[in-house]
Amino acid sequence: MRLTVNGEAYCTEKNTVRELLGEMDIVPERVAVEINLKVLKRAEYTEYKLQEGDSIEVVYFVGGGRGSAEGTRNKCINEEEQEEVWKIRLSLGE
Amino acid sequence: MEDTLIIRGIEFRSRLWIGTGKYRDFEETARAVEASGADVVTVAVRRVNITDRKSENLLDFLDPKQYKILPNTAGCYTVEDALRYSRLAREAGVSDMIKLEVIGDEKTLFPDTIGLLKATEILAKEGFMVFPYTNDDPIMARRLEDAGAAAVMPLGAPIGSGLGLRNPYNIRIILEAAKVPVIVDAGVGTASDATIAMELGCDAVLINTAIAGAKDPIAMAEAMKHAVIGGRLAYRAGRIAKKLYATASSPLEGML
Repeated sequence: MRLTVNGEAYCTEKNTVRELLGEMDIVPERVAVEINLKVLKRAEYTEYKLQEGDSIEVVYFVGGGRGSAEGTRNKCINEEEQEEVWKIRLSLGE
Repeated sequence: MEDTLIIRGIEFRSRLWIGTGKYRDFEETARAVEASGADVVTVAVRRVNITDRKSENLLDFLDPKQYKILPNTAGCYTVEDALRYSRLAREAGVSDMIKLEVIGDEKTLFPDTIGLLKATEILAKEGFMVFPYTNDDPIMARRLEDAGAAAVMPLGAPIGSGLGLRNPYNIRIILEAAKVPVIVDAGVGTASDATIAMELGCDAVLINTAIAGAKDPIAMAEAMKHAVIGGRLAYRAGRIAKKLYATASSPLEGML
């Protein structure tokens, strides 16, 4: 059966989400699963029968403050931006 | 005297909330969080890497039994995305708390407050405890409160800018009107900024970059801990009025 998991093509013989997570070596308690844009309750992991073409998202928590976690990293702490911040601060008389 | 922050019946051990982005590794994150004394840590929701399963899990370093995990919708630019991430976060986590962000612009990372209000309304109805990241706009703060937000989180300055509280007067107006807690989110650059927020009467501050980006994040985490405690105590103690001229503090009586 062909699925899309986290945006990538994925082939499996598994029938349920729980089995699929097991195959991918993922602890079910640490993730959330969305199938075809619908969030699946944990209790449904064993009930939901996977179907050809299902689009699945498996997410978990990563370090994050605010803004786009990857996008802002360089913007916030690269040296040019810091320089810019200081210029602003100085011009404000700080 | 007891001065615990309580939101919807949940007690918070600290008024310093910590973002977990931009640290060198999970170990440093955990050490900084510990040094800060925070019990709320914000996290982002992202795809699991299904091809490399060896990567470590943040929750192995921050025990959800010890800390309140507050997922955010960072990186969401539409109401739909914010709702999607919120619902996934609730399922992945242990609570209904969501730090709601609907970002309006990549350069400023200012909130799209129209989208934010819509998303707050919907999520509050779905039973979420919504913590919206908003502008320092008193009217929007009131609208968010009316829409069912558990607290309002006005920015002090743009995310990651370290400019401090750019408009303390607006924050004060928000504080005067708010019936829900006010938590300054974004803009704190160093300890004194956090103190100023707390001295104004804010209920808490959320800090990430100022700690994670400091030369010594662990030391800065500890500095922020004291800054928040100091600011809160000063607020409760009640500061003296500002005057232009001196008032002697030693008695004139008994002088030679």
